[in-house]
Amino acid sequence: MQPFTTLTSHIAVLNRTNVDTDQIIPKQFLKRIERTGYGRFAFFDWRYLDNGEENPQFELNQPAYKGAQILLAGENFGCGSSREHAPWALADFGFRAIIAPSFADIFYQNCLKNGILPIRVNEEVFETLLKKAEGNVYECTIDLEQQKVFDQEGFEFHFDINEHWKEMLLNGRDEIGFTLLYEEQISQFEQKAKAWG
Amino acid sequence: MKPRNIIEKIWDDHVVVREEGKPDLLYIDLHLIHEVTSPQAFEGLRQNGRKVRRPDLTFATMDHNIPTVNRFVIEDDVAKNQISALERNCQEFGITLAGLDSDDQGIVHVIGPELGLTLPGKTIVCGDSHTSTHGAFGALAFGIGTSEVEHVLATQTLWQHRPKTLQVKVTGSLSEGVTAKDVILYIIGKFGVDFGTGYVIEYSGEVIESLSMDERMTICNMSIEAGARAGLIAPDETTFNYIKGRKYAPKGEEFEKAVAYWKSLRSDPGATFDKTIEIRGEDIAPMVTWGTNPSMVLPVDHSIPTLEDARNENEAASFKRAYEYMGLEPGTNIQDIEIDYVFIGSCTNSRLTDLRAAANVIKGRKVAPNVKAIVVPGSQKVKQAAEQEGLHEIFINAGFEWRDSGCSMCLSMNNDVVPPGKRCASTSNRNFEGRQGKGARTHLVSPAMAAVAAIYGKFVDIRTEKLEAVK
Repeated sequence: MQPFTTLTSHIAVLNRTNVDTDQIIPKQFLKRIERTGYGRFAFFDWRYLDNGEENPQFELNQPAYKGAQILLAGENFGCGSSREHAPWALADFGFRAIIAPSFADIFYQNCLKNGILPIRVNEEVFETLLKKAEGNVYECTIDLEQQKVFDQEGFEFHFDINEHWKEMLLNGRDEIGFTLLYEEQISQFEQKAKAWG
Repeated sequence: MKPRNIIEKIWDDHVVVREEGKPDLLYIDLHLIHEVTSPQAFEGLRQNGRKVRRPDLTFATMDHNIPTVNRFVIEDDVAKNQISALERNCQEFGITLAGLDSDDQGIVHVIGPELGLTLPGKTIVCGDSHTSTHGAFGALAFGIGTSEVEHVLATQTLWQHRPKTLQVKVTGSLSEGVTAKDVILYIIGKFGVDFGTGYVIEYSGEVIESLSMDERMTICNMSIEAGARAGLIAPDETTFNYIKGRKYAPKGEEFEKAVAYWKSLRSDPGATFDKTIEIRGEDIAPMVTWGTNPSMVLPVDHSIPTLEDARNENEAASFKRAYEYMGLEPGTNIQDIEIDYVFIGSCTNSRLTDLRAAANVIKGRKVAPNVKAIVVPGSQKVKQAAEQEGLHEIFINAGFEWRDSGCSMCLSMNNDVVPPGKRCASTSNRNFEGRQGKGARTHLVSPAMAAVAAIYGKFVDIRTEKLEAVK
């Protein structure tokens, strides 16, 4: 996994609530057996017109947002299906951090496993970011070590993340390799479990 | 000892490692896998030279993208490749597979319980959000992503934060014509699509206790549509009777020992929850979704909300998008909405009692001329059992297509797709944009409500329908 330390980028805004993973990556693209190459399918039904051209009405097609590595999204982002193809598609599309008032639980975990930093913000921070970023090329910096986000205009906020996941992201650590360090405890648990169940 | 609820008990029994500042390392008792969310996980194992730690606790089937007619003829090469990959992976890593030619095959959340793999007190995961279904047995069951699938394959564990607990009590009783599907749709309609985020739910109360296992599975299945990764129901005699004699369930003395343990899982008297919600069974009517998420739902005798009904700006914006996508005007009476398709199936409502409920409504009647209706049993076993009762004849004579088991039109990964602009009364779990096909319009309902809609070509209140049938 690619480590996440700091990131400076402009922000793309998708101000819709309850964006589900069926929208992030529609089902017709789940038949592949690879982990990569999903970026071109991200938000497929919203992003393209029937003739295959980009839909100018879709928020993320705005010129101001092109190349953004930070996504600002509405509440309950990533709800629905557990498909990890959703963060794969977002990462391949170019996003390395997502800021939203709330995330669906499975999606949040899936982001962490793919080097995408999900940042929960309160309504006040969300509204401020929305005002600054909507329709504009608005740049800010995320510092994971310090757990803060700041811009050139002096706006700054702190965010929470569990220490464990923070460390995983900072080091781009192989989680399975880490867990296998606990092999002895897992084996002991299995012996004990046999006894009661 | 402090009284604990059932969620806390199951959790505590599965903690392998608890360290300050970390999530708990949780042991997983059963890992179900299917073709769509597993290939990348197996590839990861191969790349790192890792093995499956407990193939004996892993069970595979194929359900998401398989055909429901001519099931052995998969025309889509990409889908075919995914199915072959599962077969190869199961063989290479020594995992039992209920393949297309197996009597055990079916939707992963239908066959787990059916085969007695799903048992009370187990931790169960699967790369599918509707894994919450297995909670009906008093198991802690939740959906995971593919990286977590790989993690469980390699270690049989997961790093998980201890969830908050939410008690949902449904008191009293249900009126005639009101089903488990209506109960869960009502709850999501009342409290929203994210009231369960961060929680595991325990459903309880007289209504829940009175439900069959099939109905309990319908309720737990849709916990994820309320944002909760898992929802469960305390095991009782109904649960034990269902499990007894199933293929992989404990037998004889082992079964008696297991029952004793399962009984101990019930929430202790005085156990507390982080949050409690209480609703009355009597307040629930047959429900129909009108919008593009499951909380956009109404009793069948209501009309579509107007913008004035929206609770805030965000909701108003969602309403506007939903009117447009669904091709519906605010204020329209639900019973004036005409439908083109009917789908009876999915891990929510494809079990034998679901098919019986639908067949009971359509017996001796005909599907409306403009409606295409299909029944997709949840498993090959459900299909066989239904055929033994003659249900297939009732469906076929009425004009329904009788298919092989699979996920089918719930997410339309195979050829079972609703065309753009067409409207479907569906017993599935998600009415998201494009879920049943690009531009397809989904209305979620119970099996009986789907069946009666098939006959009339529009939504009908099953309660008035019943009264007329009596006359």
